Amino acid sequence: MSQALDEIKIGGLGASRKRVEDNRFIRGKGNYVDDIVLPGMLHMEILRSPLAHARIVSIDASKAWEIPGVHLVMTGEMMATRNLAWMPTLSYDTQAVLATDKVRFQGQEVACVIADDPYIAKDACEAIDVTYEALPVIVSPAQALAPGATVIRDDKENQNDNVIFHWEVGDAEGTSRAFAEADMVSRLQLHYPRSHPSPIECCGSIADFNRATEKLTVYMTTQAPHIIRAAVALVAELPEQMIRIISPDIGGGFGNKVPVYPGYVCSILASILLERPVKWIEDKTGNLISTGFARDVYLDGEMALRRDGKILAIRMHTDSDHGAFFSDAQPSKFKIGLMHSAFACYDIPYAHMISRGTYTNKAPGGVAYRCSFRVTEAMFFQERMVQAAAVDLGMDQAEFRRMNFVRDDDFPHRTPFGFLTDSGQYGACLDVGLKAVGYDNFLQQQEEARSRGRLLGIGISTMTEPLGAGNSREYDILGIKMFDSAEIRVHMTGKAMVRTGARGQGQGHETTWAQIVSHELGLPADDITVEEGDTDTAPFGMGTYASRSTPVAGAAIAMAARKIRAKARRLAAHLLEVSEEDVEWELGRFYVRSAPDRGVTIQECAMAAYSNMPDGMEPGLQNQSFYDPPNLTWPFACYIVTVEVDPETGVWDVTNMVAVDDCGVRINPMIVEGQIMGGLTEAYAMANMQFITFDAEGNCVGSNYMDYLLPTAWETPGFELHSEIMTECPHHPIGAKGIGECAAVGGPAAFVNAVMDAISYTGVRNVDMPMLPDRVWEAMKYRRDVSGAPPVLTDE
Amino acid sequence: MTIVYDDEPDADEIPVRRIRFTINGAKKVAEVEPRLLLAHLIRQGLKLTGTHTGCDTTNCGACTVLVDGKPVKSCTMLAVQVDGHEITTVEGLATASELHPLQEGFKEEHGLQCGFCTPGMMLAAKALLDHNPDPTEEDVRWALSGNLCRCTGYQNIVKSVLWAAEKLRS
Ligand code: FES
Ligand code: FES
Repeated sequence: MSQALDEIKIGGLGASRKRVEDNRFIRGKGNYVDDIVLPGMLHMEILRSPLAHARIVSIDASKAWEIPGVHLVMTGEMMATRNLAWMPTLSYDTQAVLATDKVRFQGQEVACVIADDPYIAKDACEAIDVTYEALPVIVSPAQALAPGATVIRDDKENQNDNVIFHWEVGDAEGTSRAFAEADMVSRLQLHYPRSHPSPIECCGSIADFNRATEKLTVYMTTQAPHIIRAAVALVAELPEQMIRIISPDIGGGFGNKVPVYPGYVCSILASILLERPVKWIEDKTGNLISTGFARDVYLDGEMALRRDGKILAIRMHTDSDHGAFFSDAQPSKFKIGLMHSAFACYDIPYAHMISRGTYTNKAPGGVAYRCSFRVTEAMFFQERMVQAAAVDLGMDQAEFRRMNFVRDDDFPHRTPFGFLTDSGQYGACLDVGLKAVGYDNFLQQQEEARSRGRLLGIGISTMTEPLGAGNSREYDILGIKMFDSAEIRVHMTGKAMVRTGARGQGQGHETTWAQIVSHELGLPADDITVEEGDTDTAPFGMGTYASRSTPVAGAAIAMAARKIRAKARRLAAHLLEVSEEDVEWELGRFYVRSAPDRGVTIQECAMAAYSNMPDGMEPGLQNQSFYDPPNLTWPFACYIVTVEVDPETGVWDVTNMVAVDDCGVRINPMIVEGQIMGGLTEAYAMANMQFITFDAEGNCVGSNYMDYLLPTAWETPGFELHSEIMTECPHHPIGAKGIGECAAVGGPAAFVNAVMDAISYTGVRNVDMPMLPDRVWEAMKYRRDVSGAPPVLTDE
Repeated sequence: MTIVYDDEPDADEIPVRRIRFTINGAKKVAEVEPRLLLAHLIRQGLKLTGTHTGCDTTNCGACTVLVDGKPVKSCTMLAVQVDGHEITTVEGLATASELHPLQEGFKEEHGLQCGFCTPGMMLAAKALLDHNPDPTEEDVRWALSGNLCRCTGYQNIVKSVLWAAEKLRS
């Protein structure tokens, strides 16, 4: 008789286990960077540029030096003497650490002060006198590309314009042919506005250089500590083994904490110079105006259609605004991230995309904000184009999607831009969503309401997105392949410890990683601790972003656990005095095939590994795995939103929001749902209020939470989540797919499509996000598209 | 906060004020610069790092504490203003042996992810429950509308508070 453990009871796969990290957070005992105090620690503040584009004429820091408590004032000139005025970005460009020649965006780092306390450091920053000579400012790709535009990156040899890249993908010829044969072409132009991930905790670091040991320890808010260690080794020219990066608890990341920022570099140099720990904690304005933004892409999209609704081809042209330095955090092969994952869930024979990247006088970034490298833009463009085409065809938007979906029996499927999707039940997910929202019923209500002057709308967004980069053949960052790693130690008493190369920022790794081990080894999850974020102890990994932790690090954990189980099986055979082939496994226990009652638990095997191993066997029970995924994982999502728009004011309210997510096996359903709700809220935020824009002089509008609006509990609608459809990932060891960002990726289009549907009577094709009341009102009143592009200064 | 300066001629000019207050039940005296923010007195001076600062501009609520039972954003109050008053921070919620129902509720209902907003959320919620033991979902959403969370989407935070309200009533 089976004596296998009840997996849910031990906190294994599928258990909505309560989170272990909560125990410290609910007591206020988390350990974030700003909570750490080291003996002799000094404080650093950064002086930022008030202008978006200006030549630096002079910097006079003499008054700052005079303030009691000031230890050091650093400027670009001083950094230059150590070859640290510039640093490499994650996209093979360079970025100024402290400006030397000119400032290229508002908020750029110009100088910094290290003092006894942050108040003094701030006073001293204000005492620094910088003289600027203003230059013409560029705030959009259109301006950047205009003939005669000022060259922003005149520091770079051979850079005579503001173009960063010109990148093409797809089949230009096949696409042209398909367009020539099409019955009709649907066209849509829009802008995905600049946004900021804006975790509540800003960035910060404490650099601690010890002259005696020559060791540099840096506590910092990073989602990818190992990449940072490599970067510090290269930039600061320190031996890698002498660098220890510790990423303690992180107060949210969402992609914002992937890049290397000047503040980190300055705190490191200051600590080396002063031989004391130096803490830098950014303020919110610094975070919003200078660190990794996201999106800011203009689309000109065309869809070739057959009259019956079949999509024949897609043509996309994107212009992206990268700010003053090209520092997108993305796989090096792809210039505009995975934008070409667009239309992956539809069966479309041809597609072609041309992408142009430009420099502007805005902050650098291009981070994957709750997103896998521009997948958010890709899916938004896709779903907006799909809805526009359905309107052009006069077809029902749900039916139009369904008839173009890749069918369940058509996997693996090559997407029009060349990705390979491997699994999904798209139609079934759509059915669940339509039923949940009461689709037919809603359409009826909508008509009735319209006759009474009320504007109801329904928006759908369906998409599959690539999550969990690598494989390593195609995906690398700065040449480092995108695998991940895990190490598991099973102690003598059957308790265990897991370490991975990932670094969670609220995703609940400490809880779910234990569940994977529990599933593989039958150890109760409560007997397993998880540790991440310290490069001296964790195995090398690429970190946590782009929903890659479960697909890659999670897989590494399963593989390491399987190696351990294989050894435990040998130990079991030894203990049971049978040959290994006669030993069977059930959760938590090995037994003799012919005599199932004779068995040993995994804990007994663990004890034996240290106290009673067979002759010739290496002692101990631990192993590690470096996992290189064979493919990305492809979760599918269907989001449906209904809204009511006030015809007088343009204000819109969400009346219903249904989310159907098929992310394969759910390790911890409670945590998965938490991720989805978080993502949906950000989707709502982007559609409704959240954006960073600039005036014509390059002043950032959105430099604090009074201008950069984030929804609170009051505005945020409720969500109805569905998990009925589950398609296992065929290549992931436990069948899981990524999920952390799906809702933020697929969600925005559902909200926007709903509002556009509500005002479809106007014939307006597009209102750019965020759909602020005044924009919606303008669309209704003047029956014209409303652009969200920043204004351009004219001579009048 | 004690700061030791190099003895320079203008070192005497740094003004200091003496204040008395109660924090989580303990009586304290402190000497502070008049411009010192309450959040910094709590975090650096008293080493109670459960109170977080997210924005410094009264918007995010991560720094919310209770002053005489009222929720206050400690990044926008001066330390000298709590002279003679009573402060409660997240560290004062639990007793040695028992969690506060709000703390339990947040764990039970998965009301937190990164945990950065959580102390502020719990204190804003405590102020609500202290005078309204049986709030509606709408009451909770309104009471928390001065606190931002980037991770959870609020739905579970609201559930957490309702969970705590129910436990406190029974
Ligand atoms: S830190 Fe006080 S409200 Fe944000
Ligand atoms: S849990 Fe991360 S901000 Fe609320």
